[in-house]
Amino acid sequence: MRKIKELIIEKLILLCGLAAIFFVVLIFLFLLKEGLAVFKMVSPSDFMFGKSWYPISEPPKLGILPLIMGSLVVTFGAAVISIPIGVGCAVYIAEIAPGKIKEVLKAGIELLAAIPSVVLGFIGMVTLVPLVKNVWHLPTGLTALSGSIMLAFMAMPTIVSIAEDALYSVPKNYKEGAFALGATHWQTIWRVLLPAASSGILAAVMLGIGRVIGETMAVMMITGNAAVIPQSILVPVRTLTATVAAEMGEAVVGSEHYFALFAIGIVLFIISFIINVTADLFLHRKQ
Amino acid sequence: MVKFVVRDLNIRFKSVPALKGVSLEVKAHEILSAIGPSNSGKTTFLRTLNQLNALNPHLTMTGSVLFEGQDILKIDVELLRRKVGMVFALPLPLPLSIFENVAYGIRMQEIKDKKKLTDSVEEALKEAHIWDEVKDRLSESAFKLSGGQQQRLCIARTLAVKPDVILFDEPCSGLDPISTARVEETMLKLKEKYTIVLVTNNVKQAARVGDRTAFFLGGELIELDNTHKIFTTPSDKRTNDYIIGKFG
Amino acid sequence: MKRNPHLTQKIAFFLLLMATLLIVVPVGLIVVIIIQKGLPAINWQFLTDIPRQGMRAGGIFPAIVGTAYLVGGAIVFALPIGVLAAIYLSEYSKENVLSRIIKLAIINLSGVPSVVYGLFGLALFVVFFKFGASILSGALTLGIMILPIIITSSREALESVPDSFREVSLSLGASKWQTIRNIVLPNAIPGILTGTILGLGRAAGETAPILFTVAAFYLPQLPESIFDQAMALPYHLYVISTQVPNVDEKIRYGTALVLLLLVLFMNLVAIIIRSKLRKNKKW
Repeated sequence: MRKIKELIIEKLILLCGLAAIFFVVLIFLFLLKEGLAVFKMVSPSDFMFGKSWYPISEPPKLGILPLIMGSLVVTFGAAVISIPIGVGCAVYIAEIAPGKIKEVLKAGIELLAAIPSVVLGFIGMVTLVPLVKNVWHLPTGLTALSGSIMLAFMAMPTIVSIAEDALYSVPKNYKEGAFALGATHWQTIWRVLLPAASSGILAAVMLGIGRVIGETMAVMMITGNAAVIPQSILVPVRTLTATVAAEMGEAVVGSEHYFALFAIGIVLFIISFIINVTADLFLHRKQ
Repeated sequence: MVKFVVRDLNIRFKSVPALKGVSLEVKAHEILSAIGPSNSGKTTFLRTLNQLNALNPHLTMTGSVLFEGQDILKIDVELLRRKVGMVFALPLPLPLSIFENVAYGIRMQEIKDKKKLTDSVEEALKEAHIWDEVKDRLSESAFKLSGGQQQRLCIARTLAVKPDVILFDEPCSGLDPISTARVEETMLKLKEKYTIVLVTNNVKQAARVGDRTAFFLGGELIELDNTHKIFTTPSDKRTNDYIIGKFG
Repeated sequence: MKRNPHLTQKIAFFLLLMATLLIVVPVGLIVVIIIQKGLPAINWQFLTDIPRQGMRAGGIFPAIVGTAYLVGGAIVFALPIGVLAAIYLSEYSKENVLSRIIKLAIINLSGVPSVVYGLFGLALFVVFFKFGASILSGALTLGIMILPIIITSSREALESVPDSFREVSLSLGASKWQTIRNIVLPNAIPGILTGTILGLGRAAGETAPILFTVAAFYLPQLPESIFDQAMALPYHLYVISTQVPNVDEKIRYGTALVLLLLVLFMNLVAIIIRSKLRKNKKW
């Protein structure tokens, strides 16, 4: 009797063990199910490289190049800001900060990771957006730059914590060896620790960027949402994620617009898949 | 009466041999001690007897081990482990109260009778010579006991399941001489009711408590004989070298 | 000219400190600003009243209730599956291709953009299963989203239980499941709890997954069943900050503060459990 009960439980455990695979596949299948239909109306290359996104005009123009460019510009800006600062902060926490301060800093980073993106978006709207507007004398502060700054913040916790782990897991004798040769602490960090932790840091950067590309609410609230190919970082842009979030509410189920938004979902899913798998490869190479 | 018959036992860890062609018998109501340097295979041998080796997917076993005439691979593993108890190298109380540690094995047989449970616990604690020290604090955490007490608690825990054979895996390696003496004393008393296989790094311990002693080296059983004979006139030079401390 | 290595070090360390402050100081500022400007808005009425005058007055009670329902539903769905999946990975799976694929799937699940979860929830629960935009659809979507958090932290908690406990339990004749049930799981509970609370915090703060699966723009009443739409705190904050003109700033900050406090409180509880756990390790 007990044996039968245990057999059932163990089967259930196996089933749940497979749940992660099941859900990833399920997500992808349902995106495909709803999204592929758009390619009956527009070819994949016109969809990806079409320069205009007018989903509710007659006939609709479903080119997502402006959205891709929007995402790229915002992501690029966020990467430029967050990579040096994030890696620098990771080095500071891992190597320089004394015990107590280290704990406080780590708690601060965790705090940042915990703040909901809609709250950061709101704070960005009321502080950052007017600031950008005034500094550059722009008609509006809702720009790619504001988005980049805000998203850089959201990427930091990921970059800092993973890069710090990578630095921390460099074998202690590397460091001691460098000290024994008379290197200063900074020389040791620069010439020994950073190269030794490089693949982990690379993974940290990739996952940080992954977070940026997938971020939705904050970016929708502060980038201005203009679906045009951006000519500079001081103009409003619209990202892939913001497009889906902003327009799905109005799209009629089964319409071309609806299919197109799901097709954007497919693009986002594939991007995040590639980023996560590659980052995981880097993290495993380290070991 | 013979408890275990081991025939041509070979165990590999991945592709590295850990035991090579070991054949021996364990007789009822004896203390068989296994000595040898570390990595000689004696603990691997011990963990074969209650199938604990089966937990490690990298270990493969050939040859046969019979327990009371039955192939151990064909005995229900939970039943085998109840019949063949084990006391581990370090005192390893479970993170439960003293009472619950001893009751654990009984509870796992789904015995719910409260009276029977408390009686069995008391009996086991008395048999392990720790009852007087813990009878007033049965609900305290087992971690509050001293190392020596913890180890005797672990013995009691094994006894509570009413095994036939008890495997001791270097049971005194973490204990001071006085605690060690008490554990050895307990072992000698247990011999009357149980069969004991003792793996030890302490050659003198084997000399003190073992009826027969097996010397393992590099995964092979070099020599197995009466303890007195092993320690006075071993037939293999390596046994002698190990006992007098030339290596190990 | 040879550079002085000690001077270089000083400059470098100064820059690293600046980088750190550039992250930590704004975080502190954000929290301080929200507390400072949001606190005056918070009173009993704000927390317990329905929104009035097109959300320009009144309280946020329905949004708090909606979020509680969603978070509760997500946990009810994700906790059992997540813990069992963690048990599979920690206690049953062998190091083979299957376990590698499962781990990759978990990593991917945690990396899927939140808005894609929203799309998925819309396609599967709202449209395919015809649950409509409802608490059920939203809770299930959030549940799948926090699944990787729960699996990962539960697995760590299970794996940190020493193997010797398992061996002792098995050596006493316990079966594998008895060992897991009586020894491994009870000792992993604080760690599992930590992960669960972090998952709760995440579910409470997310907006994108509930945008098309449950969220009601303005619904000044409490949901009556799991098939009802509901307001939710993060979505409400989004709505009153971007969709409704002329909302008193105080209400916006107040809503942000309630959401922030809710999420930070959960994280704080998780951190406290975790640090207690580290101190009280019994082995």
